[in-house]
Amino acid sequence: MAETVFAPWDDPEQKPLIRFRNVTKRFGDFTAIDDLTLDIFEQEFFALLGPSGCGKTTMMRMLAGFENPTSGAIELAGQDIAGIPPNKRAVNMMFQSYALFPHLSIWDNIAFGLRRESSDKAAIASRVEEMLKLTRLEKFARRKPHQISGGQRQRVALARSLAKAPKLLLLDEPLGALDAKLREATQFELMDIQEKTGTTFVIVTHDQEEAMTVASRVAVMDEGRVMQVATPQRIYEAPNSSYVADFIGDVTLIEGTARARAQAPEAPNTAVPQSSAPRGPSPNALGVWLHDKVLAPVIGTRTDTQLQLPPPDKSDTTLSVLSRDIPEGGIDIAWSDSQPPLIALDADAALDGAQVTLALRPEKVSISKTRPDGAVNALKGTVIDIAYLGNLSTYHVELAGGVMIKAQTANTRRVSRREITWEDEVWVSWSGTAGVVLST
Amino acid sequence: MRLSPFNVVSLTLGFVFLYLPMLILVIYSFNASKLVTVWAGFSTKWYGELLSNDAFLDAAWVTLQVAVLSSTLATVLGTMAAYVLVRGGRFFGRTLFSGMIYAPLVMPEVITGLSLLLLFIGIGMDRGVLTIVLAHTTFSMCFVSVVVSSRLMTFDQSLEEAALDLGASAFEAFRLVTLPIIAPAVISGWLLAFTLSLDDLVIASFTSGPSATTLPMKIWSSVRLGVSPEINALSTILIGLVTVGVIAASIASKQSALRAKRDEQAAARAQ
Repeated sequence: MAETVFAPWDDPEQKPLIRFRNVTKRFGDFTAIDDLTLDIFEQEFFALLGPSGCGKTTMMRMLAGFENPTSGAIELAGQDIAGIPPNKRAVNMMFQSYALFPHLSIWDNIAFGLRRESSDKAAIASRVEEMLKLTRLEKFARRKPHQISGGQRQRVALARSLAKAPKLLLLDEPLGALDAKLREATQFELMDIQEKTGTTFVIVTHDQEEAMTVASRVAVMDEGRVMQVATPQRIYEAPNSSYVADFIGDVTLIEGTARARAQAPEAPNTAVPQSSAPRGPSPNALGVWLHDKVLAPVIGTRTDTQLQLPPPDKSDTTLSVLSRDIPEGGIDIAWSDSQPPLIALDADAALDGAQVTLALRPEKVSISKTRPDGAVNALKGTVIDIAYLGNLSTYHVELAGGVMIKAQTANTRRVSRREITWEDEVWVSWSGTAGVVLST
Repeated sequence: MRLSPFNVVSLTLGFVFLYLPMLILVIYSFNASKLVTVWAGFSTKWYGELLSNDAFLDAAWVTLQVAVLSSTLATVLGTMAAYVLVRGGRFFGRTLFSGMIYAPLVMPEVITGLSLLLLFIGIGMDRGVLTIVLAHTTFSMCFVSVVVSSRLMTFDQSLEEAALDLGASAFEAFRLVTLPIIAPAVISGWLLAFTLSLDDLVIASFTSGPSATTLPMKIWSSVRLGVSPEINALSTILIGLVTVGVIAASIASKQSALRAKRDEQAAARAQ
């Protein structure tokens, strides 16, 4: 697996290919990019993810050279690229509209960039043929862009932008115009081509599933700021803010007040992450720096145990643990006057007294008709809504206090035999480590 | 569908109003009599006379020269102006310039002609073919820029950015990408300028000199001495040329629409 070995962002020796340093971009009164610092490494497939208007396209256009930062510097391979016009940059872009030249054939579209820098006809022809082969377009070389399908146009745009073998390829919503089925196939094709060519890809997208599928790292953006930069797994499992948790995938957010639980001296099940995972996910030097400089004033100081992924502990796997076996440590979250506090075993006890948010992924919440034995957190509620997704069903369960919790189950049985239905009284439960405690 | 009597009357009135004058002109151009208002049988002799009339032929040649030169010049300048106004972004005085380029559209021709005459006298320029060309360029340029800028506004700017991104200079991007794509608008701008120049009488009268007489001027001056059947013949030829041009243009556009449809179907099959 590439992910396990390819992690230049964790290696302080690695020099980033692209370095945004305190970049700010304003259009009149509007701040599109707000003091942004970010490193992107060679051969990465980097995704800029965010809602429309979050500044991701502006970042891409600054890399391509169509916009210049108002302040700060952008470095490409150690060189400040401000002021270098787009036609002099070793960066190519694949446009959202594809921007294929309608009056030129597919062949001439791909050759366009090559012809600008060389007059060697044979070299151009062999490079174009190579690109046609890479994108499986040999049959369409003589056609005009309007004579081929949307998926083929997408591949022409890719071939054209890769023809000059750029150091960096920018992809602006490359799959937005394709239908769902074709998009999925094309995602894998993109990853394949990225791996074959070894080019650094930066993709802009508002589709979190797409970003998670293709990218080695994802930057979640909001209003001109990067909220979190991490691998798709960490973004999903350990979001650093409720914004990121909410933006990526489905989540239930429950707010409450944290209270430290008593620390057990010798509890075998207490999952203290750093002791069980020597190479557990933890921020690198840059991450720590970022946190201290940027996030610390907002969310408070960082501690090493916070937000780490624990190994599966006993309460995750065994259902027959008695309530008194709940390991100690972590925090209680008082969230409702009429309900018991929620328990988060892997949360930092230092949060004692703070306002926190518990983020719960629906697939980590179980639903059952009777109170499950030994569940660390179990609450009673009513099924309000069932979203049937084919392979999965998502239940919207309303608790006594009016809070809505989403629980998801895999549909291993046929629908007719499903035992839970609308208006049913059910129990939702999750383990002590299923939720992520966010202090913002 | 049958038309109601009211609709038949409206249709007839409309078309009679539009085409009766021209129809009478065409009929009288085949009149054998020298008197314009008396019909004396069918004849094509005035067409023969016209071909041997050097004054008319010279005027036609001057008109053609002026039209080709001025419409070409106006197309170049008008396209450049349109490009800057649409693509130049915000620069100081942009609103003023874009308003000013359209002002000549509504300026009375007499005023344009008079001001050009004063300018040419002021700088001591001998009036002739050149001054008419300059004058026609001046007033037809804004028509070209209206046509071209409306095309440029719907032009996908990312095409130019893609060209720049692939290493083309700004001029190469214009020459290799923008110009071929907006070519139809540029050509129709040229045709518009050409027709405007062909039938202009007022501005040409102000700016021409003794050596250069355009066809409209020639027709106008001979009509003042009495309408001759020769002029009817000449006008009929002009009407014929325009008709052929309009029909050819509509056939060409219909065929390009058909071709686009065929291409789309080919694309659909390719999926």
